[in-house]
Amino acid sequence: MKLTGAEIFIECLKAEKVDTIFGYPGGAVLFLYDELYKAEERGEIRHILSRHEQGAVHAAEGYAKSTDKPGVCIVTSGPGATNAVTGIADAYMDSVPLVVISGQVPRQLIGNDSFQEIDIIGITRPCVKHNFLVTRIEDIAPTMRKAFYIATTGRPGPVVVDIPKDLTSGVDKIKFEYPKDLKMRSYQPTIKGNKRQIKSALNLISQAKKPILYAGGGVISARASEELTEFAQAYNFPVTTTLMGLGCYPSTDKQYIGMLGMHGTFEANRTMHYADLIIAIGARFDDRVTGDLNKFSPYAKVIHIDIDPATISKNVKAHNPIVGDVKQVLQTLLEIMEEQEINPDKSAYDTWWKEIQEWQSVNCLHYDQDDTAIKAQYVVEKLWEVTQGEAYVASDVGQHQMWAAQYYKFNKPNRWVNSGGLGTMGFGLPAAMGIQLAHPDETVACITGDGSIQMCIQELGTCTQYKLPLNIINLNNGYLGMVRQWQEFFYEERYAMTYNQSLPDFVKLAESYGHVGLHIDKPADVEGALREAIADTKRLYFLDFATEPQGNVYPMIPAQYGHNEMYLTKEDAITDMQAKAKAAKEAE
Amino acid sequence: MRHIISVLMENATGALSRVSGLFSQRGYNIESLTVAPTDDPTLSRMTLVTKGNDASVEQIVKQLNKLIDVVKVMELSDYQHIEREIMFVKVAASNMEACASIKRMADIFRARVIDVKNKMYTLEVTGSPDKLDGFLETLEDHKVIEVVRSGAMGITRGANALKI
Ligand SMILES: Cc1ncc(C[n+]2csc(CCOP(=O)(O)OP(=O)(O)O)c2C)c(N)n1
Ligand SMILES: [Mg+2]
Repeated sequence: MKLTGAEIFIECLKAEKVDTIFGYPGGAVLFLYDELYKAEERGEIRHILSRHEQGAVHAAEGYAKSTDKPGVCIVTSGPGATNAVTGIADAYMDSVPLVVISGQVPRQLIGNDSFQEIDIIGITRPCVKHNFLVTRIEDIAPTMRKAFYIATTGRPGPVVVDIPKDLTSGVDKIKFEYPKDLKMRSYQPTIKGNKRQIKSALNLISQAKKPILYAGGGVISARASEELTEFAQAYNFPVTTTLMGLGCYPSTDKQYIGMLGMHGTFEANRTMHYADLIIAIGARFDDRVTGDLNKFSPYAKVIHIDIDPATISKNVKAHNPIVGDVKQVLQTLLEIMEEQEINPDKSAYDTWWKEIQEWQSVNCLHYDQDDTAIKAQYVVEKLWEVTQGEAYVASDVGQHQMWAAQYYKFNKPNRWVNSGGLGTMGFGLPAAMGIQLAHPDETVACITGDGSIQMCIQELGTCTQYKLPLNIINLNNGYLGMVRQWQEFFYEERYAMTYNQSLPDFVKLAESYGHVGLHIDKPADVEGALREAIADTKRLYFLDFATEPQGNVYPMIPAQYGHNEMYLTKEDAITDMQAKAKAAKEAE
Repeated sequence: MRHIISVLMENATGALSRVSGLFSQRGYNIESLTVAPTDDPTLSRMTLVTKGNDASVEQIVKQLNKLIDVVKVMELSDYQHIEREIMFVKVAASNMEACASIKRMADIFRARVIDVKNKMYTLEVTGSPDKLDGFLETLEDHKVIEVVRSGAMGITRGANALKI
């Protein structure tokens, strides 16, 4: 039987076992939508209509990050495609497997500045793992096959497939065949780590006195949490994770010393600074983690395990690189340990742990909640208690994101979904929708801020349409708080454009979409409101918490500072600023 | 340090812009770039000349390898290799003396006169990029109207080859 391009497209999605697709219709994808309509009628594929293409892509990201499936989106040509770009770039930076299908104007109109024509292949080239413009109906199936393969293997990432409208119209029909075997001579990610390098890593480990295990989002992408935990516990390593890696190692375990980097814990950063061996796994030494590279961990040798060779020795030189899938490498490593009967002495790092415990005793995340203004930290901590640490948490970008990362202790992977690499305000709400759609019976919270929530607020309508009982935790400080914090520290408190004027009444706004809205301004009411929202598994709760207006995120390592140069309190920041001002004066 | 890198890639639309885009996106400098299909029409071969320290060139090679359309990358500078560039130079030869001098230079550099018209000499010369620079220098006293350079191409000596 011969099929139209649009029918072939549906068959491809089915062959890839896609059950949910996020998108927004338009002229160039009318034929595809017509077939999606029929597929939905047949109960084959569910289409989720967002309110903006950016929302569709973030939702697909939330779906992908909280499951082991790729996210799939469909958008129309021109503005539909450009609206999707922020989401695509976000997925690129955080290595999220996505397949984004964009409609394109008919082939004969390409290049003519036609209505809603845009070169989305050109626009997205720097922010995709790969992209394709399909130019023949015969190429639809093989291209879709490649797109899913590329998106989900190696270091995952977004792939865009641009399909001209005339290919889907039905004028041409061909037999559908989905390629079974796929060999690409130009794309063969290294999966298995080199055994010799794994053995030499074990050797380096045996010589270390002050090791640190530094795990990132790659551990979660590779679904290697179990192996990582086994490895870490066999040696009694101190474990730190990046923002993207939260949950890949249980946060409540005694070996866990917290997140590292700009707003990481005092102990994680000190441990990194004084370590003699860094075992980096699925992490990429991002500048928000390392601070000034010249001051970064001056005494350490580096073992670096990652699937992406380009990540290795990019920022920090690796003495012992291991390229490969993190899960497979760790499995091989554990096998070799067994073969060679390596039984690490768990007390080997006792003196090192004593040093670390000193740093832990600083209690850097301590705060006091009095009965005046609600502290954002307190809200997050209560949310963790009320949900018993089991919720899926999506976050937006800003101070609230850092507080979420610091105070919600994730014990499982895939539960923490945030925008780390691109830092996209507006990510949280749509990402939470994607999570809820993938996990209809789980508790999903979206920790957001008064600035971020307004960037994709329209998605509240999507939540109504699909009855998504999200718990939106709006940590409303009335400011673009993270930017204000920098202005306070580094721009002499000139708060340029960071006061959020003319905020809407969030309660009424939520209600107008058919949700429940609550405004909470007393610390005593925090827990009750959270309990009420979490207990209600049918309705979306928009909890608008009036939090301390000018609270700051501590600890903080200012950009280009070393890990041993942290601000723990406002006093530290003030002292440092005064010292800098004095030095500047003297220099004059 | 100057590095010369050969890239074998799918002869697909957009492949070239992926490579050139990579250089601008990541702030790598590009001194010259040549590209054409190979004997296998599904493959193109590109030669890139770039400057940078060893670590940055290692990154460039890794990032090139990461591009989906790129099949193989070889840093020619790591091997014994031959490097050539072709250049056309158009120079004005207003009098007999100038003609003679241009021809003399051409002989020394083994350049060929490929066109003479309206007191214009067009010369063709092949060699290492250094040699071409040298030739241009010797023409400094003349009125050079136009210069076209192909950019460097390279190939390894002996049994090593960039092939699939
Ligand atoms: C799309 C986008 N625009 C601008 C920024 C820069 N930025 C980073 S954090 C932030 C403030 C966020 O404010 P809010 O959501 O209220 O969070 P808060 O820091 O107050 O908790 C801004 C403007 C960004 N990350 N993303
Ligand atoms: Mg705010």
